[in-house]
Amino acid sequence: VTKDEIRRTVLRLLGEVAPEVEFASILPDLDLRAQVDLDSFDLLRLLVKLKEVLRVDVPEGDYRQLRTLNQAVDYLADRVPA
Amino acid sequence: MPSLGGDLDAGTLVEWRVKPGDAVKRGDVVAVIESDKGAIEVECWEAGTVEALLVAPPAKVPVGTPLARIRGEEAAAPPPVPTGRSPATAAPPPAAPPRVPAAAQGPPRGRVLASPGARRLARERGVDLAAVAGSGPGGAVTREDVERSAASAPAAPSPLPAPEGAKRTAGLRRAIGAAMARSKREIPHYYLSTRIDMTRGLAWLAAMNKSRPVEERLLPIALFVRAVARAAVEVPEMNGFFIDGVFRPSERVHVGVAVSLRGGGLVAPALHDADRRSPAETMRALADLIGRARAGTLRSSELSDPTITVTSLGDQGVDTVTGVIHPPQVALVGFGRVSEQAWAEGGTVSGRPSVVATLSADHRASDGHRGGLFLAAIDRRLRSPEEP
Repeated sequence: VTKDEIRRTVLRLLGEVAPEVEFASILPDLDLRAQVDLDSFDLLRLLVKLKEVLRVDVPEGDYRQLRTLNQAVDYLADRVPA
Repeated sequence: MPSLGGDLDAGTLVEWRVKPGDAVKRGDVVAVIESDKGAIEVECWEAGTVEALLVAPPAKVPVGTPLARIRGEEAAAPPPVPTGRSPATAAPPPAAPPRVPAAAQGPPRGRVLASPGARRLARERGVDLAAVAGSGPGGAVTREDVERSAASAPAAPSPLPAPEGAKRTAGLRRAIGAAMARSKREIPHYYLSTRIDMTRGLAWLAAMNKSRPVEERLLPIALFVRAVARAAVEVPEMNGFFIDGVFRPSERVHVGVAVSLRGGGLVAPALHDADRRSPAETMRALADLIGRARAGTLRSSELSDPTITVTSLGDQGVDTVTGVIHPPQVALVGFGRVSEQAWAEGGTVSGRPSVVATLSADHRASDGHRGGLFLAAIDRRLRSPEEP
């Protein structure tokens, strides 16, 4: 799985949680929650969807490593099973 | 037409899920109505057999109007005599006699399996779900099926479009405004706040979550809701309704959870029997309730019977929430964000995670002394989350 595919997957799943989001406006190095209105339930839903699609279960202690879109893509790319 | 939470006075019947002759029991979903709070599944209040559907969809119906006639189980033997009186209705006792003559009855429609997204799309495109061949699981109609159907046939104008988008948001805003204005006009609020040490609560959550897959993890709000529910058992003056000049405490604790909707507005559906659920059960029920509130598929009982409300704005970075009581309830507890604060204890200062809980309570039902005991009970529960 390439990073581009992971990025598209993350954005697609983000769109399922927050349908009003315009992907083009997301700055990939800025804190996602500063740009998208996500509460803790939305984030949990996003993580559950990521696990379903990419089979990566992000431990609670690692949440802070996925603050921006680029961080999330890097984190997931390192862990997606082959 | 059941109560839709005190702030809406009518709903639009859009679908029957039963037909005459069907056996129903208490809690069964018998119909779907559209309202400014989204689609609402109407539950049956009685067990028995559906005798007649009194309203044909789509029709806008005031709260309190009988929607169907149900023959009770005990009265099942003799054939019904058409006296015009209903042995039992699917709604609370009507405020007015039925306004829909029997002649207005349309053919009852069976249940159409469809996702909430497909239902919404079908309404937007004016597609009759019953006429669409479903390709989803169990023959359910999917969004794609609706798209295909809409593309192949000219959209029939819907005789009574359900509120959508901006219109719904405006309707919901009016409803919230009316309920809150009534609250501020009628309820003599008093407010009490306390800062609660969350060190043990968060440590307990972290320990629980470490061994749980992501879909089973708990959030602090599960502890908040549970703490409020358990405290309401200890201080019953906070739990119930003020109706006709009298406070009526409720034996059961149904915590209304304020849920903001993505399109704007807010609903506060009930998490039933919140005092009897473990933290994990509370979290599961919350995730289900919030998901359905946002998807617009709540059940009628969830809108009509919260006995106390919890609102949490911590995710928005708010420190304190001093909320407005939702009539006819008598109390609301607001939680701000959990943040690290300087905390002095035993002569030393340290940084500790803490949260401010603010009680808004009705002076007609209680005084500050009891309110203080209630907050103290919440504090104690949050400091010892393992307590059953």
